Amino acid sequence: MSSMRPERMVRLAVKNLGQYKLRAGLTMLGIIFGVCSVVAMLSVGEGANQEIQEKIQQMGSRNILIKSVKVPNEESSQSGRRITIATYGLTYDDASDLSRFVPHLEASIPIKRLRYDVQFKARRLQTDVVATIPAFIRVQNYRMVRGRFLTAADEEFGAPVCVIGTRLARMLFAGYDPLGRTMTIAGDAYTVVGIVGDIAQSELSAQSELWLEGENQSVYVPLTTYMQKRGDLFAQMSEGGSTFEKIELYELILSINKQENVVRAVDAVRRVLKRNHAKEDYSIVVPLELIRQARETRRLFNIVLGSIAAISLIVGGIGIMNIMLATVSERTREIGIRRALGARRIDIVLQFLMETLILSISGGVIGLVFGAVIPLVITAVTSVKTVLTFPAFAVAFSVSVAVSVVFGIYPARRAALMDPIEALRHE
Amino acid sequence: MSEAIVELKSAVKEYVNGALRVTAMRGIDLRINRGEYAVIMGASGSGKSTCLNVLGCLDRLTGGEYLLGGEDVSGLTDDELSEIRSKRLGFIFQSYNLIPQLNVLENIEVPLFYQGVPEAAARRQAEKLAKRMGLESRLTHKPMELSGGQQQRVAIARSLVCDPILMLADEPTGNLDSKTGEEILELIDELHAEGKTIVMVTHDDEIAHRAQRVVRFLDGRIIANDLNGAAAK
Repeated sequence: MSSMRPERMVRLAVKNLGQYKLRAGLTMLGIIFGVCSVVAMLSVGEGANQEIQEKIQQMGSRNILIKSVKVPNEESSQSGRRITIATYGLTYDDASDLSRFVPHLEASIPIKRLRYDVQFKARRLQTDVVATIPAFIRVQNYRMVRGRFLTAADEEFGAPVCVIGTRLARMLFAGYDPLGRTMTIAGDAYTVVGIVGDIAQSELSAQSELWLEGENQSVYVPLTTYMQKRGDLFAQMSEGGSTFEKIELYELILSINKQENVVRAVDAVRRVLKRNHAKEDYSIVVPLELIRQARETRRLFNIVLGSIAAISLIVGGIGIMNIMLATVSERTREIGIRRALGARRIDIVLQFLMETLILSISGGVIGLVFGAVIPLVITAVTSVKTVLTFPAFAVAFSVSVAVSVVFGIYPARRAALMDPIEALRHE
Repeated sequence: MSEAIVELKSAVKEYVNGALRVTAMRGIDLRINRGEYAVIMGASGSGKSTCLNVLGCLDRLTGGEYLLGGEDVSGLTDDELSEIRSKRLGFIFQSYNLIPQLNVLENIEVPLFYQGVPEAAARRQAEKLAKRMGLESRLTHKPMELSGGQQQRVAIARSLVCDPILMLADEPTGNLDSKTGEEILELIDELHAEGKTIVMVTHDDEIAHRAQRVVRFLDGRIIANDLNGAAAK
């Protein structure tokens, strides 16, 4: 190898690059943009990925969600008659059948979800009312912000208590402490015993709050209490008359004991519901499947981002090669002089490679700095979530240096293989 | 008989120039002894430049032998020839051939750089030679800031920095006015007087008179190899 010490080579390379400051700067710009865009893209990609994961995790990866769906009814709106009753969706029988036939079932959470007017003092608004059982909070990744959730006692005695989402607490109770206060739901009085938030919200993620806006705005009441007060019939007054809907269960969350059993459980759910229902007036949502889909989407996303990043890095590398070729041909005479004075071929190769390396490393470092700043700006301006990860930095930097070195080898070799006599004659 | 520094034995150099096969040296025998000052003359295309390149280990013979300081260098690899150039040879060119981005001292140090001589030692050696060449006030100047004569002095200092056994000069005064050229030639005379072995290519008969030996080339052959009585000191 070379007889020269590395630190002397570095100084020589810096001195040589100093001759062409503008050129060196422009060359570095290619690398800077390359590294910067790789880091920025990876962080946007990682941000999007984490966001999706969070949303899905909130639904619970061991849960199976079944929802009642209204199907277009052939039920005639016989002319003249102004009262219709629609009956569809999940039934109590479904719930007990599912409890019996679905394997590995840990909990089955019945839910009624309806929109009602809620009121506190003079403030009134419409929101989702979720009537459910205490185990609800266990299968959802919700978190008590204050107070408590519904309890078995509430359930047993049909206590007129409710738990409200953080957003509803802000909207309805602005200026008051909601705990212990009484609000009305469709005219019935309920006492607020707790405030519930979701996990993402506790991590101060603005996006997730948007996603779960509905949940944070909901009010939760014991199913038994609700049944006593309202029953299964839901009336909707409209101009043409009244519509009654009879739905026993709006949603059913089945919690499976282990993630690997979810797929088998889903099959059982499908079988049971198919047998019980003539029409498909329900839908099954499996967060685990969504996670799989999200992973697949993410893989595609990464491939696309990776290709763009690779292209920008290769363009940077070609820029380096271009400049180094120009530099080598301009400095042909210098190469001849050095060879005549005793430089071996490897000395010439290393000299030019060192110059390439310094260009790419300094360009890479500057690129990393910009790459770290840009995602912050993106998040600040567009509120798109970005996540900076160490692998993104490492990959961007090392790939850019590797690409530069690969593209630097050809010009350096070309310099070293010149005939010294020809090179000395070069004007 | 004193020791031979240069010995060419039936030296042949052929090369292919496009479709043409050119024979630049057609069996040359040449011996130059230690401490000798030899001048090579000849028209362009006579083979004198090729011969100088061979002597400087920049080019390899295609036939015959070249002994430098008694060592056969004909079969050496490119790396070995590079090492010989940096340790045993000194070059002085017509157009000085200094490296533009390096200052005077750094230019003088270049051969030592490739020998791996430690920086401090190289710097001392370069300063000593620069002073000797009368460049003490120019040490950190770049070549562009120097006159032609000064640049050639830097080049001479550089050629001396490794204490070479053979100095090769290719028309060292070709780009200089006659007064400056005379100064450079006096400097070379001085080095010769100190015992350096010098081979110089020139067109100028005046200059040839200063040397001990005049070798004339024509068509790749030596047509005259005379000891120059007048110039012998």
